[in-house]
Amino acid sequence: MSLIKTDKLSFDYKKYDENGNIESVKRALKDIDFTVEQGDFVTILGSNGSGKSTLAKHLNAIFMPAEGTVMVDGLDTRDAANTWEVRKRAGMVFQNPDNQIIGQVVEEDVGFGPENIGIPTSEIWERVEESLRVVGMYEFRKHSPNKLSGGQKQRVSIAGIIAMHPKCIILDEPTAMLDPNGRKDVIRAARALNEVENVTVILITHYMEEVIYSNKVIVMDAGEIRMTGTPKEIFSRADELKELRLDVPQITLLALNLKKNGVDLPDGILTIDELVTELKKLKGWN
Amino acid sequence: MLKDITLGQYYHTESLLHRMDPRVKLLGIVAIIIGIFAGNNLIGGLITGSFVMILIAMSRVPLRFMLKGMKAIVIFLIITVIFNLFLTPGTVIWSFMRFKITMEGVRLAIQMAFRLIFLILASGLLTLTTTPNNLTDGLESLLGGLKKFRVPVHEVAMMMSIALRFIPILMDETDKIMKAQMARGADFESGGILKRAKSMVPLLVPLFISAFRRANDLAMAMEARCYRGGVGRTKMKPLIYKKRDYISLCVLALYLTACILAGIYW
Repeated sequence: MSLIKTDKLSFDYKKYDENGNIESVKRALKDIDFTVEQGDFVTILGSNGSGKSTLAKHLNAIFMPAEGTVMVDGLDTRDAANTWEVRKRAGMVFQNPDNQIIGQVVEEDVGFGPENIGIPTSEIWERVEESLRVVGMYEFRKHSPNKLSGGQKQRVSIAGIIAMHPKCIILDEPTAMLDPNGRKDVIRAARALNEVENVTVILITHYMEEVIYSNKVIVMDAGEIRMTGTPKEIFSRADELKELRLDVPQITLLALNLKKNGVDLPDGILTIDELVTELKKLKGWN
Repeated sequence: MLKDITLGQYYHTESLLHRMDPRVKLLGIVAIIIGIFAGNNLIGGLITGSFVMILIAMSRVPLRFMLKGMKAIVIFLIITVIFNLFLTPGTVIWSFMRFKITMEGVRLAIQMAFRLIFLILASGLLTLTTTPNNLTDGLESLLGGLKKFRVPVHEVAMMMSIALRFIPILMDETDKIMKAQMARGADFESGGILKRAKSMVPLLVPLFISAFRRANDLAMAMEARCYRGGVGRTKMKPLIYKKRDYISLCVLALYLTACILAGIYW
């Protein structure tokens, strides 16, 4: 059974006038079909307004589908009785680190989720310690969140979700407000989570560099899924991406341009190391 | 400039008072308030006075921090003393034109000043030795009984701690908005009070909008982390009475009885 499965998922943003009548309806998601397996690292790409955040909010029952279904670990999100079970299984980290930290001390914030789901006190402390270690924020456990950098705050938010022991963690543009170093740290934490703890990660982003670690990429535009595949497959289609107002990583672009101009390189080169190895091979420099 | 405002004047030392359960400290404040009014004479005053002084010494908080809190009420204190001194009818002991000081007035003025000073000292001691978080936890637990009367105790405590968390963030934001508007020629510094107050309006509107947006985000984040009110919630840092807390409660009871007895028999 897939961990997350959406079937013909559609969603409308409704705008109401002063009398509470529907003034206009904007379809934000159109017939979305996609599945996520346990242990996947899925990236959802798309430019602004493509519907990727709306989709993410369906995966932990913040939004309910207008049509179609979302199943999380076999639970239908439309059933109100399932809401809290769904949220326990699929945790979500939001874009703005300031607006999702509740505690005044790092460890208290991480403990907030476990407190809500009724974990006994001694186990809360174990979980808090363990999750802070996973994201590398253990030495900051007694600090005030106000004194941390954006990347550190975002890692605390991730720890707060891990402490609830979800099967899946959804990161909704967690790096959009961070500087490059903070971004790296957050992505490293997400990868560690996926590789070491085997938690399913769904990363929503518009930074191409963050995509290369995932095993599945979904490209969205105007509320529809336009492409699905591995990073290599997606980035070989640079022209299509450009049409959707998305860029490929610089290294991939360089490799593609080299290839266009007659250098015999394979498709979908994602990292500097890969390009170097391929170029060395061409020159016979091993 | 806004950064100077420190919130909650917690001062950390490793004293018994700091480690004490916040509930005991809150009860202590109530006891001291009752004590001040019940032991309404010299002996009662001496008991309360020495009790608060011993507590201050125990807290190991430097005295100047204590007195800082007094600064805010100095004017209020002076006005109270003057009014009591001159406006109380009774035996005149000194008079100058229309102003006269009476025996009763002197007595009342001293009494009021004493009450005010020790109330402020005691509550200052509470906030200096207790973190804001601990304080809200203590309040929530102490008022827990009111839940039966449908008083949303948990929700109020949660609001208080969220407010405490967001005050520095909103301060930063105010600073940012101010700078942004100053960069575009806004003037917050010149003019009279009225003009300055008016110049705050364009500051408040964006601040409120952003606060609402933050509230919306936070509510969603809390729901995403399974927050659904106080029911079925466990505590990461539960409040548990320890031996020192029981002893402190006994000391409080002793103090209170002494004050009441002093009030009745002297």
